Amino acid sequence: MTLKGKAYIAGAYEHPTRKAADKSLAQLHAEVAKGALEDAGLTKDDVDGYFCAGDAPGLGGLSMIDYMGLKLRHIDTTETGGSSYVIHVAHAAQAIAEGKCKIALITLAGKPRSSGEATGTKPRNYGNDSPDVAFELPFGPTIVNNYAMCAHRHMYEFGTTSEQLAWIKVAASHHAQHNPNAMLQKVVTVEDVIGSPVIADPLHRLDCCVISDGGGALVVVAPEIAAKLDRPKVRIIGAGEAPKHQMGGRVDLTYSAAAASGPAAFAEAGVRPSDIKYASIYDSFTITVLIQLEDLGFCAKGEGGKFVSDGNLISGVGKLPFNTDGGGLCNNHPGNRGGITKVIEAVRQLRGEAHPAVQVANCDLALAHGTGGSLGTRHAAGTVILERVE
Amino acid sequence: MSDKRTIPAPHVEEETRPYWEGLRDGKLLVKHCRTCEAAHHYPRSFCPHCGSDDTYFKESDGRGKIYSYSVFRAVPEPYAIAYVTLAGTDISMMTNIVNCDLDRLAIGQEVKLCIVDTEGDGPPVPMFEPV
Repeated sequence: MTLKGKAYIAGAYEHPTRKAADKSLAQLHAEVAKGALEDAGLTKDDVDGYFCAGDAPGLGGLSMIDYMGLKLRHIDTTETGGSSYVIHVAHAAQAIAEGKCKIALITLAGKPRSSGEATGTKPRNYGNDSPDVAFELPFGPTIVNNYAMCAHRHMYEFGTTSEQLAWIKVAASHHAQHNPNAMLQKVVTVEDVIGSPVIADPLHRLDCCVISDGGGALVVVAPEIAAKLDRPKVRIIGAGEAPKHQMGGRVDLTYSAAAASGPAAFAEAGVRPSDIKYASIYDSFTITVLIQLEDLGFCAKGEGGKFVSDGNLISGVGKLPFNTDGGGLCNNHPGNRGGITKVIEAVRQLRGEAHPAVQVANCDLALAHGTGGSLGTRHAAGTVILERVE
Repeated sequence: MSDKRTIPAPHVEEETRPYWEGLRDGKLLVKHCRTCEAAHHYPRSFCPHCGSDDTYFKESDGRGKIYSYSVFRAVPEPYAIAYVTLAGTDISMMTNIVNCDLDRLAIGQEVKLCIVDTEGDGPPVPMFEPV
């Protein structure tokens, strides 16, 4: 059984806010849901499947279903952090392929910015029942120093440099200058990135993504629904998901779970990395992008530094335009979870609705990839491959 | 409030009590499996490699090499987090490198065990320092 061609993304919406102190979390979820349903030409009464993750208030999805007044046949609250929403796209397509629902709504929202959350720099305590906590929390693990250890090891094994990592931020900033909603719209140089304060060696402030309030939503539908809607058709043709952990102590920080989710998605879609016209790549940090690009097969392991240099990720300049909305590095990382915005920008590109300055010509095949959790301890990857059909 | 980083006391379960008691006695104990003979960390009742529940603690000589590290500088008192690969094993553990020049750490550097107290009367934790 395959999900290939069994479902379409009919609606996509990114909340324009980046700071929403005056809105409740449930309200933000409902606002993005409304936005995505209107984009698709549907209403909440059409929805029969709902997908959300740990950012939703209340127990699983139950509070949000109650708040929005949804009447459902299917619910899925798979939680893998920031990659959840990429995996939700795949799970929605699977549920539709099995006839469990026909119109699936996926929402994400969060308010870390207005609540003053030190997202990347304060050790996170997942609670004493989490078996790893006693063996990690005493050592001050933060999101940034966790990813920084991956960067250091990559530099050690492959000679990757801070300048090469900086090119990833430079490319994102070139795209963000055209996005009026982006938090950071100023174009930066390699020197700007390297000259910004070191947060955790070897990562600088500008190697890190923004902290933003907001959210996003997607509507995934069955083919017969997509056929009736007056929107460009974005078909889901391949998906992969995979976790990676410390392997009982056999730690290897040089690769991510994308090394498993990517090949699975490409195999299902029947396409190769070189066929992809546009890629949304999870960018919590510059190093996240570099490792995932290698693992997804856009270049060989260890060659990521060379691959991202000299503007190779800039739309209209390089071979692989990425994160043309400015990504998490410059635009938006709503609720500390960037997966849904990765899919949303891929949908914009496939519809030809990206900003004209960054729109990829004849963009008929795109990839969206997310990593959730922490790259250096436990994380899960989700990859989807999407195509535009007439 | 002091700028000095406080080290939270680890939560002790019966499953892991011997590990923490070992540290109180100045020893770093590493879980091994009688079925597949592999080492693992953090310690569990079940071997994460083969699934056997026949596991036991064995004392490490406390020697290791830095697999990777990062000096966290966004705080008043920077500190080094690291994965250290324990000598004679293929396993790495999360830890801190202490009693060192934070600007002169390197991957591959040899380090040795240095047991450090935590908050209150919690058990101490295994950190490492340059040899």
